[in-house]
Amino acid sequence: MNAPAHGHDHVHDDGGHHHHHEMTFVEKYIFPTDHKYIGKQYLLTGMLMAVFGGFFAYAFRMQLAWPGSDIPLFGHMSPAEYNAAVTNHGTIMIFWVAMPVLIAAFGNFLIPLMVGADDMVFPRLNRLSYQIFLVSAIVIVASLFVPGGGFGGAWTAYPPLSGDSAYNLTPLGSSLWLVAVALEFVAFLVGGINFIVTAMNARAPGMKWTDVPMVVWMICIASILFMASVGPLMAGAVMLLFDQTLHTGFFDPRQGGDPILWQHLFWFFGHPEVYVVLLPATGMVAEVVAVHSRKKLFGYKTILFTAVGTGVLSFFVWAHHQFIAGIDPRMANIFTITTVLISIPIAEMMFLYIATLYGGSIRFTTPMLWALGFIFAFLIGGVTGIPLGASGADIYLHDSYFVIAHFHFTFFPIAFIGTFTGLTHWFPKMFGRMMNETLGKIHFWGTIIAVHCLFLPMFVLGLAGHHRRIYDYTNFPELSTPFLTNIGIFATVSLLVLLAFQFVFVFNFFYSMFKGPVAEANPWKAGSLEWQCPSPPPHGNFGEHLPTVYRGPYEYSVPGRDKDYWPQSEPA
Amino acid sequence: MIESLVPSGSTFAGDIDGLFVLICVIVGVFFFATLGMFLWMLVRFRARDGVPAQYITGNEPHLKTWITTPHAIIILCDVLLIVGALRVWYNVKQHMPEDVEVIGVVGQQWAWTFVHAGPDGKIDTSDDIAVIDEMHVQVDKEYVFRLESVDVLHSFSVPTWRLKQDAVPGRVILGWFEATLTGEFGIQCAEMCGIGHGIMGARLFVETAEEHAAWMAQAGGTSS
Repeated sequence: MNAPAHGHDHVHDDGGHHHHHEMTFVEKYIFPTDHKYIGKQYLLTGMLMAVFGGFFAYAFRMQLAWPGSDIPLFGHMSPAEYNAAVTNHGTIMIFWVAMPVLIAAFGNFLIPLMVGADDMVFPRLNRLSYQIFLVSAIVIVASLFVPGGGFGGAWTAYPPLSGDSAYNLTPLGSSLWLVAVALEFVAFLVGGINFIVTAMNARAPGMKWTDVPMVVWMICIASILFMASVGPLMAGAVMLLFDQTLHTGFFDPRQGGDPILWQHLFWFFGHPEVYVVLLPATGMVAEVVAVHSRKKLFGYKTILFTAVGTGVLSFFVWAHHQFIAGIDPRMANIFTITTVLISIPIAEMMFLYIATLYGGSIRFTTPMLWALGFIFAFLIGGVTGIPLGASGADIYLHDSYFVIAHFHFTFFPIAFIGTFTGLTHWFPKMFGRMMNETLGKIHFWGTIIAVHCLFLPMFVLGLAGHHRRIYDYTNFPELSTPFLTNIGIFATVSLLVLLAFQFVFVFNFFYSMFKGPVAEANPWKAGSLEWQCPSPPPHGNFGEHLPTVYRGPYEYSVPGRDKDYWPQSEPA
Repeated sequence: MIESLVPSGSTFAGDIDGLFVLICVIVGVFFFATLGMFLWMLVRFRARDGVPAQYITGNEPHLKTWITTPHAIIILCDVLLIVGALRVWYNVKQHMPEDVEVIGVVGQQWAWTFVHAGPDGKIDTSDDIAVIDEMHVQVDKEYVFRLESVDVLHSFSVPTWRLKQDAVPGRVILGWFEATLTGEFGIQCAEMCGIGHGIMGARLFVETAEEHAAWMAQAGGTSS
């Protein structure tokens, strides 16, 4: 560790910290207040929930490829089970995988380490956040096993279908689903406040706002977007719960309610939510691209402005999900303009990442492969969003497999490629051991090829008229031609390959955690603060003396220096 | 591009297909240019012994222009895309033909009811012909559809016409179409509407004037 030469004695008033107190097992692992353990709790819970989400994807893709057949590990799938599977696949992957892993796990683990703090500003609030999240995860899983089965009204939960059990036939499942989602929002509100306050108030001495690593910025911007957008949906969720249980009729036209109101509340949150999970992933990609190409980020401030610009614009695009929902058609014109304009900052961000590679010395390590894979896949996701945002073309493409293919080319890079980028990069810091590079590369190539074979064919299906959430296309002669059926089977087989390669990751992850070679403090020779403390960092992170910051986090390959990196905390 | 997968069977289907092609060309140029740049850099700047990385901040004018130029081109392309999208949208969804025959479309869990005007050409009269899961229209004739739902959200989707519109309980939503291709086509529900969503289809019959008159005589005769 490069301790500041003048021994700056900076102590945070963080309440509830005892640096020299020996912690019991329960204090350390079950009810921790240490941000690193809370981050790992979020990480492992999110990975466990990904098993549920992935299993649903497996089950319904099998049903689509071979309708009506017995699915191994699942059995025969009924229409109700199919609907519950697609609904909970979407809900779990976004709220219980992408959110906890990208924001909560990496946010918790990285923010205090990267800003040079000894912990979050509110450690007990942090613990509360995870505990509420855990309850929400238990509730969503429980909702699948209640009489009537899990909720099957799609992850968007449009009323009146979601609001009246006479329509959805899942009285318990739909209410528990809603309670789980509402609890999850509470957990992330609490967690998000902590991230923002910590990054604003607990930065190491000398760390200016341009010295803050990009991923910290991105997680903070994401938390602000979440806080600003979740309120209306929280209110909507309570109203819908009242509709379900007390028959209040907020969204029920028979009682003077308006079903479209829910759509506005949902998407006013739902679209910023895309950027809530996108920004942390792009932040991690930025870190990895800089470290593994030994380059300063190209246009640090511009990247930051594109993130803020995207975030602000994301509040004005929500109705592009509703072009044909029965809203006033004139509204579509405004939302087409805002939606297409969002291509400007987000394309610029990708250009800047690619420009960072210019003049670099690119090492194709596993984390770097993932970061490059993110850029590649996200480019496809980005460009295919344009026809959906353009109202005229969306008339045909709305609610088709084109939409599915498009958002999986955004969400898969975000939730999985982004996660693998961050996990393979910071694994040495998290667990003090190195992951196996060979297994990592096998996992990378298997995953990246399989995922393209899985989702690229869905663009064709969508253009051919396949609608979403249909459990058996043989009911529609135009949609079950041999050509389209074979495309569906190809996608399903690709999914099986994709899932099979994840076992390589799971093995590598747990084997390396215990048996991998011991990692040094700074195995990637990176400049940001988290690499200046031991791997894994002790309770309190930096020991007695918190670091002092002298420069930005990306001072790589500075001319005239022996080493090609320059730690932020090293005195000039 | 779309018409190679689904026949183009309405007056505005070609406009929507054309808009899609326009978008594909514009974003395709950007996609392949960006991808080419990206892959070139991966090869050109791979780590090599004795070749250190350069120190570049992103403020160098000769490099910055590689960001600002595409940025400006994107703004221009966005304007082009928006104009194209809005023109098609206005024609399909905002503009509404007047004094044309109305056809009623009612969604419910899990069937479509089509209320055809009878020989008098007017809906809501005694000679209406209501048929479940079968829609009969005349080719090359403008219609206005009156879309309703009795229970939950549904979406009236006719891929051949490139037409899609959600049906909302409590609202009456109007739209229009003019079929250009005779034959039998599929209609689907495109909005999750419960456990029967996966079977909620109907058949569309686009007929010549003579065929349509014959169907009307036969159907009207049986229904009265």
